[in-house]
This record gives sequence, C-alpha cells and structure tokens, in this order.
Amino acid sequence: MDFDFLRQTLLLLVAGVPLLLQLAFFSIAAGAALAVLLALMRLSGNPMLDHAARSYVFVFRGTPLLVQIFLIYYGLGQFPEIRQSFAWPFLREPYWCALLALTLNTAAYSSEIIRGGILSVPFGQIEAARACGMSRSLIFRRITVPQGLRVALPAYGNEIILMTRSTALASVITLMEVTGIASKIISETFRAVEVFICAGAIYLILNFAISRAIALLERRLSPQTREPAAPANVPEPAR
Amino acid sequence: MTPALPNQPAVSARNLRKRFGHLEVLKGLSLDAHEGDVISILGASGSGKSTLLRCINLLEIPDEGEVVVAGETIALSTGRGGRREPVDRAQVDRIRMQLAMVFQNFNLWSHMTVIENVIEAPVHVQKRPRADAIEEALALLDKVGIADKRNSYPAHLSGGQQQRAAIARALAMHPRVMLFDEPTSALDPELVGEVLRVMRTLAAEGRTMLVVTHELGFAREVSNRVIFLNQGVIEEEGPPADLFAAPKTERLRQFLRSHLRA
Amino acid sequence: MIDYVDLMGFGPKGWGWLMLQAALMTIAVSGTAFALGSALGALIAWARIEGNRLLRIAADAYTTVLRGIPDLLVIFLLYFGGSEALTALAHALGAKGFVGVNAFTAGAIAVGIISGAYQSEIFRGAYQAIARGELEAARAVGMPRWLLFRRIIVPQALRFAIPGLGNVWQLALKESALISVVGLTEILRQAQVGAGSTRQPFAFFITAAALYLVLSTLSGWGFQRAEAVGMRGVRRS
Repeated sequence: MDFDFLRQTLLLLVAGVPLLLQLAFFSIAAGAALAVLLALMRLSGNPMLDHAARSYVFVFRGTPLLVQIFLIYYGLGQFPEIRQSFAWPFLREPYWCALLALTLNTAAYSSEIIRGGILSVPFGQIEAARACGMSRSLIFRRITVPQGLRVALPAYGNEIILMTRSTALASVITLMEVTGIASKIISETFRAVEVFICAGAIYLILNFAISRAIALLERRLSPQTREPAAPANVPEPAR
Repeated sequence: MTPALPNQPAVSARNLRKRFGHLEVLKGLSLDAHEGDVISILGASGSGKSTLLRCINLLEIPDEGEVVVAGETIALSTGRGGRREPVDRAQVDRIRMQLAMVFQNFNLWSHMTVIENVIEAPVHVQKRPRADAIEEALALLDKVGIADKRNSYPAHLSGGQQQRAAIARALAMHPRVMLFDEPTSALDPELVGEVLRVMRTLAAEGRTMLVVTHELGFAREVSNRVIFLNQGVIEEEGPPADLFAAPKTERLRQFLRSHLRA
Repeated sequence: MIDYVDLMGFGPKGWGWLMLQAALMTIAVSGTAFALGSALGALIAWARIEGNRLLRIAADAYTTVLRGIPDLLVIFLLYFGGSEALTALAHALGAKGFVGVNAFTAGAIAVGIISGAYQSEIFRGAYQAIARGELEAARAVGMPRWLLFRRIIVPQALRFAIPGLGNVWQLALKESALISVVGLTEILRQAQVGAGSTRQPFAFFITAAALYLVLSTLSGWGFQRAEAVGMRGVRRS
C-alpha cells in the first residue's frame, strides 16, 4: 500500500468537497421548496393540478438522472430561442445545468415523501383542531407541519444522502467535484483501486456525518417517544 | 361572547337531513338546547346520534336543514355538484369557538404536551394572552384531576387521563355549549368512572351539554332531558324519569332492556 | 416534427433500429446485474439473519459502503481497476500488452454489486415478515431445516419481496445509463452518438428518456401482476 500516493490523492480529492457540498446543499434546498409545491398540488383536490404534479413525478422518477442532466446541458443549447434568452449565461455553464437537473430530480422524490408526511397526521387530530375553530392555514401550520415533519424526516434523511451521492454525476459534464477529480487521477495514473479507496472514504465520511445529524434532529423533534417526564410538582393553584 | 336572549336556545338544529351515499342517516331532525340543559342522546348504532352532533359543529354538513347558535344561523349554500358548503368559513370558525367537542378517541395533538394542548386554541384561535391561558389551563387541569401530568405527552397517559385532558382542552375555550361524542366508549371499564365524575361536575355547574352516550346511568341521573334516536328520527324525547320509567315505544323498551342487562 | 420522425424512424437515415438495439442492450445489462444482485442479496441477507457476529459485521459493512458511495465510482473501479488487475495477471503469466475488461462485464458486475446491497435489505425484511407461527408449525411436524427453507421460507419471502424488488429493478434500469460513461452502447450512449453525429441532442435525449419511461412502465405493470399472483390467499389489512 503506497501511503504517499494515498495521502496525495486524498489531498487532491478533498479540494473537490466544497463544490460537492454546494451542489448538494443548493439542490436539496431548492428541491425541497419545489417539492412542497408539488405535494400541495397533489393534495389540493384540483384534478388538473394533481395530474400535472403526478406527471412531473412520473417523468423525473422514471428516467435516469444522467439523461436529465444531458437533456439540460446538451439538449437545451440546441434551440436558438434558449441561446438568445436571459437564461443562457446560466444554461451554458455546467454548474448551473447540474444544479437545475439535481433540483428537478430531488423535487420529484421529495414531493412524495412530503406528501406521505402530510397524509400521516391522524385525521382525528385534524378534526379536533377544526372543532376548535382553527382556520385551514392555522391547522396546517400548527398541527400538520409539526407532525408531518417528524414522520417524513427518516425518509427525507435518506433522500439527502442519495442526493450527495448523485452529485457525482456532475463529473460527467466536466465539473471537478470529488468524482471528477478522481476520474482524472485514474486516467492519468491508472491506479483505480487506490483512488477508489480514497474517494469512497470521503463519501462515506460525509454520509456518516449527515446520518448522525439527521438522527440527532429526529431525536430532538420527537420528545413524545422519549422516556415519559416525571410528574410535575403541583404548586398550590391560586384559588 | 354575547349572552343568549332569555328564551333563545343556546343551540338549535332544524330539520336536519344527512345522506351518506344512498343511506339517509338523518331524516328531518330538529332539536333545541337551552342554556343549562344537559341532554343525553341515546340510540342504537347507526341511529344517527354522532352524525347529529357532528352536524351541529359542521364537521359534517347537513344536506338540508340549518343550525342556529345563539340566534346566529350558519349560512350554507349549494355549491358545484349539488354539495352544500359554508358561505363564510370565518363564520364557521367563529361559531366553532363557542362549541367545544370532546371526541370518542380523545384526539389530543400528539406532538404537544397536555398543557400545550389546553392552551393551543385559546392562544392561537381566540388570541388570548399566553400567560392568562396558562394560568387558566393549570386551574382546569387541576379541576379534572391531572395537574401533575401537565408536561407529559398524550402517548404517556392512560385513556381516562387523555379524555380528561381533552375535557380540559374543551373547557379552556369558554364554550357556550359542550358536545360530547361517546366520550367513554373507547375507555377500559375501570377508567370510565373518572371521566363520568368530571362530566357530572360540569353538569352541576350549569353548563350546557349535549352528550351522545351509552352510559344509561349518566343519562338517568345527570341529564335533564333525554332524546332517543332511531333510524334518523327522534323516537321519544323528555325528562329521564319519563323515558326510563315509562317508555312509550317498543323500540325504546327493547333498547333499555338490552342495555340495562349489560 | 416530420424531422423527428425521419430521424428516429426506421428508414435509411433513421436511427430507430439502433435505438431499439440499444434498448435491448439496456435490458440485457440491467437483467444480468439484477440477477447477480439477487444472488448476492440472498447471501448477504442470510449472513445478516443467521450468521455469526463477524459475518454480520461484514454484511453490514457491505451494505453501508455500497449504498453510500456513488455508483459511478464503483463502475470506474471495476472497469479501470478490473483492467488493471487483468493486465497485471496477464503480465505475470508472461503475456504482453494491455488486457481490458469489457464495458458490459464491468458494468453488469458493478451495478450487480450495488443492487445486491439493496436486495439484501428487501430479502431480510421479507423474511422477517413471515409469521413466526408458520415456521413453528413446520418445525413442530418435524420438517428438516433444508425442507423448511425450500418449502416455507423461500415462497413466502419471495412474495413479500416482490414490491421491493420491483423498486430495485427500476433502480438497476436507471443505473445502467451510467455504464455509458465507460463506453457500453446502451440507450444513453447510442443517444450521445446520434446527437454528436446529427447535432440534434434534444431529439436524441428526449427519445432516450421516452425509452426509459416505457421500460419502467412496462416493468411496473409486470411487477404489479406478479404481486397480484403472489398475494393470492393473503388477507390484506
């Protein structure tokens, strides 16, 4: 085992981590916003909105991410309308194309997770809120979101990990995040196994950190599943 | 809350009809509850008792008929597809603030502690100051006997404790009328007593209560009026002494026989 | 629109045949990978259920690692690393020059290993879904372990596993697109070639997307039918 080589490779690869994190973070955030919109469209009761959202999810979950990336990066540039539009300075850059593709992709998967969370709130609790005179937006804010979040969190945490993995596909359109640098080193040195070990280790460490963070968040948000609190001291009530 | 005019009922249901698919569950039912009335609603399953209660606070929308709370009629219109809907959602929300419901399955909000459950509506719906709401909540929890559980989550409470918390939650809204939908039906037998005890206290205080129940003891001893529903219409109605001692219809006689034996 | 029909059609200038052939390649490589993944997955699941502590740790490590690193890296490892290893082997045996692993083999094994990690989770869950009482009843009549496995565990686990396996199959179909990066002429690679040759990337990649959607929809139907057949006699809650 050539430790020198491993060390050098690690240093080179680590330089790609900031780009990886940028791609992951922004696409997950933007994707989440779009996902909420899609989930609400599906739950709206309006058949057109529901159908539109379902079609979106069907297309983006049924095709490979790489095809989506190629369509945006290579495909869109074919049209003069796009090349002359205000968006072109962005859409000709691999960075923005990758970000767009990753966002659209994660939104499709996340919208189903969010929808599941919203639907998981026991209907009786919604009724109790309505019986108190809570308006629909108040119910959504105070009852649905807090409980739905807790249910959706494990699945969403999984999606976050999948997204960090998926950023590797950006390397195919020349972005030099970790996998991009790794493939360059492999093509120059032909030492695939060692590069694989270094790159793999970086991804695994990142994943570990993310899973820990999600688990912590889960525990903090679900005090009702922790040990029951000791009965509170009963002070003399003012009579 | 504006006091009801002396002869005006606290809540009034007029000619309610409600269909579920092909099944007509309420067939033109009318009911008046005056302030201080404790009305027990009895009947076999499927007789429409819960539907009646749920039409009053519009958790179900009646196909025909109207609901009047303290003289204010809830405005309903026939929307698209022949379905009735409230004309003004804000009016419905406002009226619901005067009607508090206690559910068979408690329906406490599981992500909030007991005391948070009790202050939720006063603070966020009725916009009362948080400190006042907390002070009152503590008194109410003490009144129903679970003050020591105020920081616990519903999942850690027994059924009887959860229902008592739900009653405290309902009381916190200062309701004009309290609606109880089979409050003890989901409880283990040994926990029923503690909830009935609380309900008796409330009745003795002069609260207006509509109680759908199978607890005939409560109906006979605590309510001042009993209504017996059968297949969507009121079969018999009157003071408990009359209905229990001298039932006029065979249906009610059968009902009493089967329930009192158990 | 007419242009598109010419482009993708089956006429003299049409790329239709080539795209369809590429689709067959996609099915072939995904199918191979899935089959490999099933074998591996069953093994890993068994290791996690019945194995000793060491086996279980190894199996856990396997699933954690393979679900945590990008599939592209695994493909690179098997393609470049595999060639590296084979060449070294060849040199040790006296041959000269460079020996490469072909893209199909490297790709199928890579996707297969990854699929195995997911399938092991499915099989483990399916095994745990079998009612303990049924296993006890079989033991109580004196059924030997191998027979128990073959007649009770496998049929039941398989039918609980079908929905999950349907998902994993779709994953394998989509992952096969990554093998284009090392040159395998499946759908995406063919689309790239066509796009480069005719300067019409949009048409080709949209066609590629449509082909994947068709494959995924047909697969979905297939698995739904399999699930219906498998769930005969099971009362749904």
